Amino acid sequence: MSSPTRTPLQRLRRSGALVSVLAILASFIVGGLLIAFTDKATTAAAGYFFARPTDMLAAAWDAVAGAYAAMFRGAVFNYDATSFVGMVHPLTETLTAATPLLTAALGVAIAFRAGLFNIGAQGQLILGAIFSTWVGFTLELAWPLHLLLVVLGALLGGALWGGIVGWLKARTGAHEVILTIMLNYVALNLLGYLLNNALQREGSTNPVSPVVNASAQYPLLLGSDFRLHLGFLVAVAATAFAWWLMNRSTLGFEIRAVGANRAAARTSGIDTFKVTVLAMVIAGALAGLSGAAQVNGTEKFLSESIAASIGFDAITVALLGRSNPIGVFFAALLFGAFRAGGVTMQIATGTPIDIVLVVQSLIVLFIAAPPLVRAMFGLNDRREKKSKKPKRAAGAPATVGGDQ
Amino acid sequence: MKNIQRSKRSLGVAAAVLGASALALSACGAAPEEGGGQAAEEIDYKACMVSDEGGFDDASFNQASHEGLVKAEEELGVEILDAESTASTDMGPNIDQMVQQGCNIIVTAGFMFEDLPLQAAEANPETKFVVVDYGYETVPENMRTLNYNTGEAAYLAGYAAAGYSKSGKVGTYGGAEITTVTDFMNGFANGVAKYNEDKGADVQVVGTDTFVGNFSDTVKARQIADNFIADGVDVIMPVAGPLGQTAVDAVNESGSTDDTVVWVDTDGHEYANGGEEAVLTSVMKKMGETTFESIEQDVNGEWEGGAYLGTLENGGVGLAPFYDFESKLPEGMQSELDALKEQIVAGEIDPLA
Repeated sequence: MSSPTRTPLQRLRRSGALVSVLAILASFIVGGLLIAFTDKATTAAAGYFFARPTDMLAAAWDAVAGAYAAMFRGAVFNYDATSFVGMVHPLTETLTAATPLLTAALGVAIAFRAGLFNIGAQGQLILGAIFSTWVGFTLELAWPLHLLLVVLGALLGGALWGGIVGWLKARTGAHEVILTIMLNYVALNLLGYLLNNALQREGSTNPVSPVVNASAQYPLLLGSDFRLHLGFLVAVAATAFAWWLMNRSTLGFEIRAVGANRAAARTSGIDTFKVTVLAMVIAGALAGLSGAAQVNGTEKFLSESIAASIGFDAITVALLGRSNPIGVFFAALLFGAFRAGGVTMQIATGTPIDIVLVVQSLIVLFIAAPPLVRAMFGLNDRREKKSKKPKRAAGAPATVGGDQ
Repeated sequence: MKNIQRSKRSLGVAAAVLGASALALSACGAAPEEGGGQAAEEIDYKACMVSDEGGFDDASFNQASHEGLVKAEEELGVEILDAESTASTDMGPNIDQMVQQGCNIIVTAGFMFEDLPLQAAEANPETKFVVVDYGYETVPENMRTLNYNTGEAAYLAGYAAAGYSKSGKVGTYGGAEITTVTDFMNGFANGVAKYNEDKGADVQVVGTDTFVGNFSDTVKARQIADNFIADGVDVIMPVAGPLGQTAVDAVNESGSTDDTVVWVDTDGHEYANGGEEAVLTSVMKKMGETTFESIEQDVNGEWEGGAYLGTLENGGVGLAPFYDFESKLPEGMQSELDALKEQIVAGEIDPLA
């Protein structure tokens, strides 16, 4: 894309790094405005803005700076903590929150690469969670073996749910978006049914499963002070696997070929039926792994909201990571940081959780939509295009957007 | 081209002027004098609360308990921190974060928390925990569980409803089949039975096995209420948290001013939207008061852990006033209710038998 005639300034304008920095800047500014406008002290001081404007500005600054500082303290490093454990605790929380997001998003990303818009991570995760819970509390086995079976169960549950979609899509041509959305509902209601019947904790009237056996749990990586568990390393291994699959294996090549052009792939001898089914089986298995991370890692039992919004956040994470396993890894870390930081932001500064979520969504919106950011900061190519038409160049206004 | 630009610009200017003047109008207030707060003197004490998925605006146990927290801020001068959980998986990290923020007391409400507060209480013996609407076999010293014998007050409500009913049919339904819900429904049905026995009446109770299945499906809850009304029921007691509002709406839109609702948890006359015209009375579970009391105890150094059970006797549960409906009740109803209350307090009547 780069042409030798461009000035350094033009090249800088086009660079991805600048866009990312500006995206984060823009989201923090808009998010900051939202925080300020919803802050009680700021709105109170706004009532007498003209009598003493410094009050409102100071209150707004306190609210915004406090909220972002709290987010950092909750997600990366707590400089206010008195103990070492307290200081590094936030980072481990970020990794813990990123774990289920990472595997589910890898699954979504692989399906994306096969040209399948997989909305079904939520349902696949739930099936994985159901299988791993059942294996987790019914069997009595020694530790590594039991956990291994749990992981296999989770993979199987997710693969089953993804495989149904892949098979129906390949066999009948039914649209995968409709299939995955409907299977999400089936999974959710199946979960509700099972929690009130076969999987319900004995003696409990609440829809919760028994606690899984200790031998079926991911061991904690850093001792009992931290929630970070072995599932994180499993997710890292899954990332490596996904990278190898997509970039080094024959199947990965076929998946990418089918995703790029299904008809062309078929003509060149690729078995699109096999590729579609396998892509969805792998996607489902990875999402199922997130179910095991939830049940056998952090929660220890199955509940109706075990999947929270992980399956849907995973779609955003996959998009943000451009469906590339390495990109997905960092996108999941960012989202994990938001999850962990949001808790502190809400509690320490009293920012309502809804605003926390809005700010996070804005950050993603700006990062995931570079053209929007380019337009906002006047970095679009519009002027260049105009200059290619000499007739218009003279009369065209010099100002486009906020360009100085 | 230029014209369009100009008109765009002038539009922008107009909008800016409008915005600025609106801002100016709303920003002309006088600055307050330095200092001079009217709230209680601030003390170095943090009272904190974590909600479940319902949030602090659930018109039910989260909201009611949270009001206790707000009252403590106003009257005791404590600092309060609160966190809403967007999913049950947020609840653990939220409690954890409260401990890290140095909270002196942490309140949770609802059964969804399961063993989380217990684990946190055992791991943090210096922090006090208040658990509303849930109990444990053994309660550690730094924990107070608040439960309510709602069947007692519901019994009185059932008796009053049977006396009020013109159609001879009253109804109740629940959100989910859990004991905190069914206690209300059983107490209510037993109260109606008591009225029938004492007065030789034949008031029917419908819906004692009707459940919405959750606390969020407003469509289904409204359907149940509408069915009840169509069936001739003129007193409905919905025991379904925020879904109770749909019954109030159904009653207000039913076309008959005789149709009423028995509200639960809070005083529906105040809390239900349109409650003044619809709510006969309310079975109150005083979660705000008892949460406030728990905080007050600890602030004053008089902490008593253990399991608290709200009853008619200690005022933890009670029947709200009848307000405008008082005149529509049969003669002598209030004194009969007072007598029943005494019998329940004395243990002569078991409301849930």
